[in-house]
Amino acid sequence: MIKIDHLVKNYGATCAVDDISLEIKKGEIVGFLGPNGAGKSTTMNILTGYLSSTAGRVMIDGINVLDDPLAVKSRIGYLPEQPPLYLDMTVEEYLIFVYNLKGCTMNRTKHLEEICEVVKLTDVYKRLIRNLSKGFRQRVGIAQALIGNPPVVIFDEPTVGLDPKQIIEIRNLIRTLGRDHTVILSTHILQEVQAVCDRIVIINKGKIVADELTENINRIAANSFRYQATICGPQKEVLAMLRARADVTYAEVLSARDGDAYIYHIESTKGVDIRKSLFFALSAKGWALIGLEMLGMSLEDIFISVVDKTDEAATGKKTVKGKRTRGQSPERDLAQSILDATAEKQKSIAPYEGEE
Amino acid sequence: MFAIFKKELRGYFTTPVGFVFVGIFLAAASLICAFTTIQQASYNTSTYFQYLIFTFIVLIPLLTMRTFAEERKTRTEQLLLTSPVSLTGMVLGKFFAAYTLFASSVLVSCINLFPLLAFSISESSATTADTHIGPVGGQVVGCLLGVLLIGAAFIAIGIFISSLTESQLSAAVVTIATLGVMVLIGIVSSAINSAPVRAVLDWISVLNRYDNFAFGLFDFSALLYYVSIAGVFVFLTVRIYDKRRWG
Repeated sequence: MIKIDHLVKNYGATCAVDDISLEIKKGEIVGFLGPNGAGKSTTMNILTGYLSSTAGRVMIDGINVLDDPLAVKSRIGYLPEQPPLYLDMTVEEYLIFVYNLKGCTMNRTKHLEEICEVVKLTDVYKRLIRNLSKGFRQRVGIAQALIGNPPVVIFDEPTVGLDPKQIIEIRNLIRTLGRDHTVILSTHILQEVQAVCDRIVIINKGKIVADELTENINRIAANSFRYQATICGPQKEVLAMLRARADVTYAEVLSARDGDAYIYHIESTKGVDIRKSLFFALSAKGWALIGLEMLGMSLEDIFISVVDKTDEAATGKKTVKGKRTRGQSPERDLAQSILDATAEKQKSIAPYEGEE
Repeated sequence: MFAIFKKELRGYFTTPVGFVFVGIFLAAASLICAFTTIQQASYNTSTYFQYLIFTFIVLIPLLTMRTFAEERKTRTEQLLLTSPVSLTGMVLGKFFAAYTLFASSVLVSCINLFPLLAFSISESSATTADTHIGPVGGQVVGCLLGVLLIGAAFIAIGIFISSLTESQLSAAVVTIATLGVMVLIGIVSSAINSAPVRAVLDWISVLNRYDNFAFGLFDFSALLYYVSIAGVFVFLTVRIYDKRRWG
């Protein structure tokens, strides 16, 4: 459906998008994730024909954006970062204007009614956009993108400024859209991509640094090597015993205390589940294990690691952070494997041989 | 393109701009008409139309200053540029919206000439002389045509300047300055002794081209001149947008 081919965009000397390749299938919901200034919005602006690329090409539905921009634009609904609203129009006037602008030919009243139903705008339909709150304005922006039922919908940070209930509604809406639309959305809210998207693309410094299905990331993230244990017993001895074990790479007492028990943070060697042996070892010493929890890896950890790693590679030095000096950092390994896989994938997409 | 045209035209009347333009223009036109014809006891309308052109220097920027500057500031241009409308369609939609408001105001202001007509009818019925009394039809039509053409050229220039900036105010100021220079250059040239310089200035001057219309002559080269100015600036506006996309 969407094919981005070695896309480059320079703003003068700064490079906003640096050789991005990506293929998105019909009906996929793809989340662009990245720190501020990573090139998410620029990529989206190029997809929608608002900006032109410096090099590379973008195909939508088999049509090159440069060859037939109008045909491509009529296939895309776009909600920019700042919703493009005319404040001195009512919601109704605005939506009718967009409807006419897109040259739609369906039954107007019915189509607009359906959209307002979906994004819950019916109550404010006759009100001036100027008087609407941020959340409602955002919804008008979403409604605008959906007019004409375009096969591709692109949302730049769609849930900014919404209250938690609205965020959930919009996420549900996006998931529903994914049934018969191809959806691209950008965000820096990690739960959002995890909740909504089939696929996560992490962009940093204009490059795709990770491109993985959400389910894969979730599965890997669930396999953790980190534990939080609550043990009754003399703190120093317990700690010494934990550290002496061959399958434990890292152990530390957390400041929190649970009655006469101490809470320990433990990391095991990769791929070894120490829960059972730990229990028996502790009970042999007469110390009670009253709590043991496996700590899952959060998408945040993975994201931060991926971004850190690519930043390191870019600057050529290691970023030293106190938190990262633990024995072994599984999310860094995971991040590395995702980075490697993505780099392979980027290479495997055939270079663009233009007609020029 | 038609959607943009309709939206723009509506926009003039959901904001005070359209009312201010029409109001000031009609008031100024009727005052000028009263001073240049009735008070002078003259049926000659060419001065009236010439003074109308001076009012355009201030009034046309009112129509054009917000066209693109505001879209750019509120980021609504992103909607227009990502919708299936060509750049030319977008610029022309805005141009014709401003022009429609302008041209209808000019046509409505023709009411000012009715008192003259009424005078002339009563006066010619009072005399038996076989001379034409009253405003000359050819002159009025010629001037009207000239004014409408000059308006098209000025609006295109105003729209172009508006597309260069985000600020309505600077668009207005620069447009007033530009139009002012274009109109006044003819007056300046008459004060210059050097013949070649004067020839060049006269060639550029908007008012000198208009002279033939004021005599009731249809000047094809003047028509071409004004239409070309309008065309060139519409084209330049399209190029500005095209260039920004690549920038």
